[in-house]
Formats: sequence, C-alpha cells, structure tokens
Amino acid sequence: MKIVVCLKQVPAKDAPLRPLPDGSGIREDVGYEMNEPDAYALEEALRRKEAGGGEVVALTLGPERASQILREALAKGADRALHLVSPPEARLDAAATAAAIAAALQRDASSSGAAAGSAAGGFDLVLTGLQSDDMGFAQTGVLLAERLGLPHATIIMQIEPAGSGLRVKRELEGGFFQSLEMPLPAVLTIQSGIHKLRYATLLGIKQAKNKPLAKIPLEELGVDTPNCQRMLRLFVPQKTKKTIMLDGPAPEIAARLLEHLRAAHLLPGS
Amino acid sequence: MNASTPSPVSATALVFVEQRGGRLAAAALETLAAAQAQAAAAGFALEAAILGNAAETEAAVRALDACALARIWRVQHPRLAPYVAEAWLVAAGALLRKTNPAWIFFIHSYQTRDFAPRLADRAGRVLIGDVIALRREGEQLVCTRPMYQGKLAAEFVATLPPPLFLSLQIGAFSADNLQRAAAPAPVEILEPEIGEPKVRAGEPYQEARQAVDLSKAEKIVAVGRGIREAKNLDLARELAERLGAELAASRPICDNGWLPMDRQVGSSGQTVAPRLYLALGISGAIQHLVGMKASRLIAAVNKDAAAPIFEIADIGAVGDLFEIVPALISILQQQG
Repeated sequence: MKIVVCLKQVPAKDAPLRPLPDGSGIREDVGYEMNEPDAYALEEALRRKEAGGGEVVALTLGPERASQILREALAKGADRALHLVSPPEARLDAAATAAAIAAALQRDASSSGAAAGSAAGGFDLVLTGLQSDDMGFAQTGVLLAERLGLPHATIIMQIEPAGSGLRVKRELEGGFFQSLEMPLPAVLTIQSGIHKLRYATLLGIKQAKNKPLAKIPLEELGVDTPNCQRMLRLFVPQKTKKTIMLDGPAPEIAARLLEHLRAAHLLPGS
Repeated sequence: MNASTPSPVSATALVFVEQRGGRLAAAALETLAAAQAQAAAAGFALEAAILGNAAETEAAVRALDACALARIWRVQHPRLAPYVAEAWLVAAGALLRKTNPAWIFFIHSYQTRDFAPRLADRAGRVLIGDVIALRREGEQLVCTRPMYQGKLAAEFVATLPPPLFLSLQIGAFSADNLQRAAAPAPVEILEPEIGEPKVRAGEPYQEARQAVDLSKAEKIVAVGRGIREAKNLDLARELAERLGAELAASRPICDNGWLPMDRQVGSSGQTVAPRLYLALGISGAIQHLVGMKASRLIAAVNKDAAAPIFEIADIGAVGDLFEIVPALISILQQQG
C-alpha cells in the first residue's frame, strides 16, 4: 500500500506562547515539534506498511524549520519525504493548505511515473492527524479529500483491511463509536492514542540521512486558492473567572489549598 | 469550488440542528439562541434545518416546536441515517442551493467537523470553526475562536462576501435567551435524491458498559500529562484516597494506557460535575475542559502559570505537583 501522511510542525507543548504586539501571530523564539495527532497518523502509516508492505511518504507544508519533523519521520521509518516550503509570513487557511497538498500529490505521481491523473496521485491512503495543536482548524484532511475527490472519515481510532478497502472505527461524542467500510483510495484523520508511538532508533536516525527529502517551494505548485478567512488579531484570552492564585513554597501552598477545601466542606469529616 | 460565481444570497440565516435518533443534540438550543440574536440584529429571518430519515426529522421538529423560527426544513431520506458524510453533503448542498442563506450556523460537533468543511468548500468558502464569541462590525460577523489549544484566542473574519459558514463551540453560548414562539414555525419537507454512498456506515454503538461512572462522583482528582510517568500515578491515587475522591485523567494518560479509558474526562470521555475537581498537571485543552467545567469547585496544580486550566479554576496553585501533592498528603496524614 502506498501511503502519504501529512504532518505539521507546531510549537512544543510547554512552549511559552506570546502574541506579537500587532497580534499577527506568536513570537517565534520557541521550540517546535511534530503535531501530536500527526505523530499518531505516522505511527499508523508505518504499521500499515510493516503489515502489508508498500511505501510511506511523509509530507509537510511549512517554513524551512519544518524539515525537522520530516527527518524525524524518516528516522522512524518513512521511506521518503516531501516538504512544501512556505514563506515565513504565509498564513494559509485550511482550504489553501489542502489545495497545495493536493497539487503536490498529483505532481509527485507524474514525476514518479504512477498512473497519471489518478485521484490521490497514485496513493492508496492519505493520513493526517485530526487537528493541529496550533490553529486547531481540524479541516485540512477533510478538505484534502474534497480537493482529491475522495471519500474521507474523521477521528479514526482503528483501521483494518476489509476486502479491497478498509473498515475503520470512528469516534463520536459521549463514548459512542461508528464503524465505516470504505473503498480506497481514501483520506482518514487519525485520533491520538490509536497506537503506542515508537521512538526513532539510532540506526533509523543514521539511515534517515540517506533517504530522499524533496523540497518544493510553494509558489512552484502554481496553486491559486485565496485565503477565505483573515485573522484580525491574536491575543491572550481575558479571564472571566476570579481565581484565587496560591504561590510560594509547596508546604505553604498545600496548607492554604486544604484550608480552602475545608471551608467549602470538601475534606473528609469537614 | 465555484468561488468565481457566487450566487446572491437571501436575507436569511440557517442553523443546521443536529439530532440523533430524533433527539436534538445537547447544544442545539444554545446554537439556535446565538443565531437568533445575530439574525435579529442583522434583520435576517432565521430558519433551521434537520437532516435525517423521516422518523428522525419528525421527532426532532416536535422538539423545536416552541422555538421562534421563520421556517423549519425537514431534509429527509433513508440514506441520511445513520450519518454518513457523502449523503449529508448531497442533502445539505441541495438545501443550500434552494434557500441561499447568508449565514450558515453549525454546532461545532464531531459530525459538523466531518462534513461542514467540504460543504463550505463546495460553495467556495471556508468554515470558521469552533467559534466562542461573535460580534458585529458593520455588515460583518467577527468570530473569536480558540488558538493553540485555548492558550490564546483570535478574531477571524471572512474575506469573501456571504455565504458565511461558522460552527459554534458547545457550551460557549447560552440557551437562556432563546426566543420562544406562540405558534410552531411552518415546516417544509425536502427529499433530495441521494445515490448509494461509496462509504457504508454502521449504527452508532457504545463499547462494553463502563466500570466507573465518574458522573456520580462527589470528588475527583484528575491527572494530566504533568504526571510524566505511569508510576507517579500512585501519588495521585494516594491523594485521591485520602480525600475520598475518584481518580480520573485527561486523554493522554488514557491513550498511554496508564489508566483505563473509563477514567477519561473530556469530550471523548465522561462529562462530570463533582463538588470538587482537583486537576493535577492538566494544562486544560478545550477537549478536557468541556468535560469538567461545570464542576462546583475547581482547583488546579500546574507549573505553567499560563495554562488554560487556570482560566476556569477557582483555586490555582502554580508549582511543582511533585512537591505540592506530597505536602498535601502529609498534612492530610497528620490530620488523619
């Protein structure tokens, strides 16, 4: 099976985020990492390949620094990588992002000699995380399916082969699930926790250096999807609740916290 | 993708009201109330649409009886139940072509996230999702939505003329101001043609009964990523025992298999409202907050003073949980 997994580089989970004074974005002096749900999509792709053979291509759209997550994907076992390099100031909405990725997949197919004009550029399966931890649009995978003319399913927790297609388990709210049978090619957005994540091995990191990582400037793709939405300003949300903040040495914090709980009759025997 | 030829929209707003088995989604009324307020301010008529099979739409319409609406659309077809994106896209697309609303509101549910982006794309627009506040500026709706897992927020506007597609976060708007009507709204039935979908969808199901019903717990001690390792859970467990609380967790802890899934609080786990919710090392991603923000007293311990959990906490302790929790245990022990 030929699988492409779409990854995004986002600020590290505990990075201190500070909006720029003009509200146009955040200060970039933070650490970055692979978007967590995307890491699970990569894990699923690698396991599919280990079970049934084929190829895993890791793809990202982002500035130069985003190559780091592709090297990580290669070290974990992806066969090759595509980096759609965007200018640092680019702020694409989900539709523009999906349009660019769709164009890159179709171009990849014609350059690698796969069936030209096939819907997903010769890929059987397109995977991505269910949302990014930065913008949180949760739309890129779904829109990629639209642009490729493929069926999709979101928030997937389990995938197994069924005939010539797949049977997937989709998460609904409140502890409900739904089972879907779908033909290939298809686009799936993956929920965190679908499998345990692997670490890259030393051997993998070494081998990754010899794996192909193609960089394609965004403007070369010739995609002209205008942004349909514009961010006016990014800001730190106003607090609406009055919070009693406790600080100081730990024993002092602990004592004061318990005083509050006792006053609210929340301690055993109080 | 026909952005080049936008058809003129009508002076109406439309709400896609979600139902399952004929029962309205919990957030249906709050979304309707928010849409009513915006439509009234803009001078738009507000209509609602219910998609499903005939039995479902009939039951759901009755649940909307008292709601002030200009019209209710029952968009029905056997292939709309159970939900499958392909069929819903055809049905919703047919309704939009017929009614041409200027604003199209959705509940920001998993179902909306599954089909609304494609629906908007077919109209040459992008859905503005997960909206938590709305204000009008001239003709435009300015939408505030969370960014960076709720640590920041941002205002968005559409850059293209209507139609505007937007989904409202569950719990962000109040249903208290829902306008009631003396008489039920007129109902119209639309039965679009829907071919056989390529994707075959099964009925929603629940896994084996949950062993723990956290929604009945009086007190909950919940742990998040800040606990770092499975073995550190013993610390939280001991504190929970001394407080007479149930132990719960945010999603990453259950994903790692450190606690069973039935201990998970949040949008994909259990929704709880105990008298005490003590959050240890939980940053407060929105998916977690929706599952616990109705708790009576929320106390949070987190080393990051900017963690979103402090936005909704009554008592916040900024510090190392590996120092604070042992201190809590030691005091409780002395008071034994």
